[in-house]
Amino acid sequence: MRELTYADALREALREEMLRDPGVILLGEEIGVFNGVYKVTRGLLDEFGPERVRDTPISEAAIAGAAVGLALAGLKPVAEIMYMDFLPICMDQLSTQAAKMRFMSGGQLKVPFVLRTQYSLGRQHGSQHSQFTPAWFFQVPGLKVVLPSDPSDAKGLLKSSIREPNPVLFVESGLLYRSKGPVPEEEYTVPLGKAAVKKKGDDVTIVAVSRMVGESLTAAKKLEDKGVSAEVIDVRTLQPLDLDAIVESVKRTSRLIIASDDVKRGGVGAEISASITETAFDYLDAPITRVACPDTPIPFSPQLEQMYMPNAESVVQAVDTLLGR
Amino acid sequence: MATITQVSEVSQNDYSKHGLTKEILHKILRKMLLLRKFEEKIEELFLVKGLLIGPSHLYLGQEAIAVGVMFALQPDDLTITTYRGHGHALAKNVPTNLCMAELFGKSTGNCKGLGGSMHVAIYPKTGSMYATAIVGSGIPIAAGVGLGLKQQKSNKIAATFFGDGACNSGAFHEGVNLIALWQLPVLLICENNKYAMSTPVEKAVSSPSIAERAHSYGLETKVVNGNDVTSVYVAAKEAAERARRLSEPTFIECRTYKMKGHGVYDKGDYRPKEEVAKWLERDPILTFKNRMLNERLITQNEIEKMEASTQMEIEDAVTFAMQGAVLPFQEIHRYVYAEE
Repeated sequence: MRELTYADALREALREEMLRDPGVILLGEEIGVFNGVYKVTRGLLDEFGPERVRDTPISEAAIAGAAVGLALAGLKPVAEIMYMDFLPICMDQLSTQAAKMRFMSGGQLKVPFVLRTQYSLGRQHGSQHSQFTPAWFFQVPGLKVVLPSDPSDAKGLLKSSIREPNPVLFVESGLLYRSKGPVPEEEYTVPLGKAAVKKKGDDVTIVAVSRMVGESLTAAKKLEDKGVSAEVIDVRTLQPLDLDAIVESVKRTSRLIIASDDVKRGGVGAEISASITETAFDYLDAPITRVACPDTPIPFSPQLEQMYMPNAESVVQAVDTLLGR
Repeated sequence: MATITQVSEVSQNDYSKHGLTKEILHKILRKMLLLRKFEEKIEELFLVKGLLIGPSHLYLGQEAIAVGVMFALQPDDLTITTYRGHGHALAKNVPTNLCMAELFGKSTGNCKGLGGSMHVAIYPKTGSMYATAIVGSGIPIAAGVGLGLKQQKSNKIAATFFGDGACNSGAFHEGVNLIALWQLPVLLICENNKYAMSTPVEKAVSSPSIAERAHSYGLETKVVNGNDVTSVYVAAKEAAERARRLSEPTFIECRTYKMKGHGVYDKGDYRPKEEVAKWLERDPILTFKNRMLNERLITQNEIEKMEASTQMEIEDAVTFAMQGAVLPFQEIHRYVYAEE
């Protein structure tokens, strides 16, 4: 199969959906003339023109608000917020407006739009340009939250997100943009709400989010050499969360590790851990373990950042500890 | 070059020029009476009968704005309004029964009782697109609606309503900038009722006036007596025409006053008594009635009939609302996500 980078796979999804549906329009900072800070929108301005690929001022609240309004007016906007750290600036529009419109209108309104963003942990961007904060959005019913971990999912999940009738927060990993992987040439989508078992295993379940999926697969390989069979599940979406897939795996392995790039306290791992404790406690043979970032802001120093970030090695260590080795 | 214009009072001789026939003027008065009687009933249901609870922000005293603007719009134009939205809802033809049932939290309300008072102006069937409870947040949304209409080459335009308080929010600046920058077909209707809760405009707005702030964005700006329905109508009509024909936005600062406090429980006693008394004399309905009587466009008998029929409409709405059932609790989950 041909290989594409994560960025090009995303770009292909945008382009195909724009060709398929004339209502799909893009807006955001630097997405047009500059081709996108990470080149995900490269060439789209030339192909589709400035009305469908709209450069905006640095106004995150208005970008998100305009996306909401465009959706109300019957279009399918895909807005880009350059860094996940900028989401709090448009949090009102995302969490308090868009996510609640369907509900508080008693089902009268529909706000289908995608807010694409990325987190740059591991790219020496410092405390204010590296944060990964998906857990905030667990607290927001009405949103879908999508986090692709490889090029193939990036394309398939973005296409599904654009076709969703609900607001979608689509979180890309900045560190993965240049990574390559197989991407089918034929038309396909990846449904929201379905986790993927990216590697089968029997001894321990590693539930991973975004960039940590790749790290967990590397860890699983190393564990294989040590005679440990790890199963790696990519959640793919946090809203909805495919709890059934995790429970099914934990029933077989009886051990669960959750690996993600967010701060450990109150993070993604905390919610998944609590849910599994509630629903599958009797199947567990060991405490649930979280592999995540320390409870501090992200340090700039490249050496410190490397120590701060979880990686394959920290997953291996967690498994070793869990198995008492 | 954008200008700031003070909209002058519309003389009787000019009514026909602006399409203000006797029939339309009667309809305008009836609508204003409906808004007034609705709010008076709501106040009674809260404070006297104790049948309603929760926050509720009455539109008493500002009727000329919602009614004047809505009559200047086409029925399928889109509005984005606020938590002080009962008046906008009724003026934009959300059925009175549905509004009342929504305030009672019943499944027969337009939002099935899931929205309540602050979102009662959500009824897309009549173009009443959205009502937000977060000050200022409707303006970026209006920018998006306007952009969507412009891009689809629609003949519709958008109008968004907000108070003086919203003018100090970040969302206002970001949203207004986009609307002006992209020349979107949006009417920005600022209802300056002099107070954001208890904070007077002078203590909150740095610029000499809200209109000057709007003008600094390059917006065509009008200042209008918000208690004079014909002035508001004419200002909005001109603005609507510019938006529809040229896709140019207009900012209209309507100077008005709340007859009561911020919310239904607020007595508003932080305002000087003389100021309140002065504005009560400018009651938009009282002045409009007197003017039409003086101009012999209506008779006392016709007014009384209108008052009786609007009162009846309100009483019927209360009956409708009280008969409705509350949505079964397990059903609330069905309204979080759209299926298709």
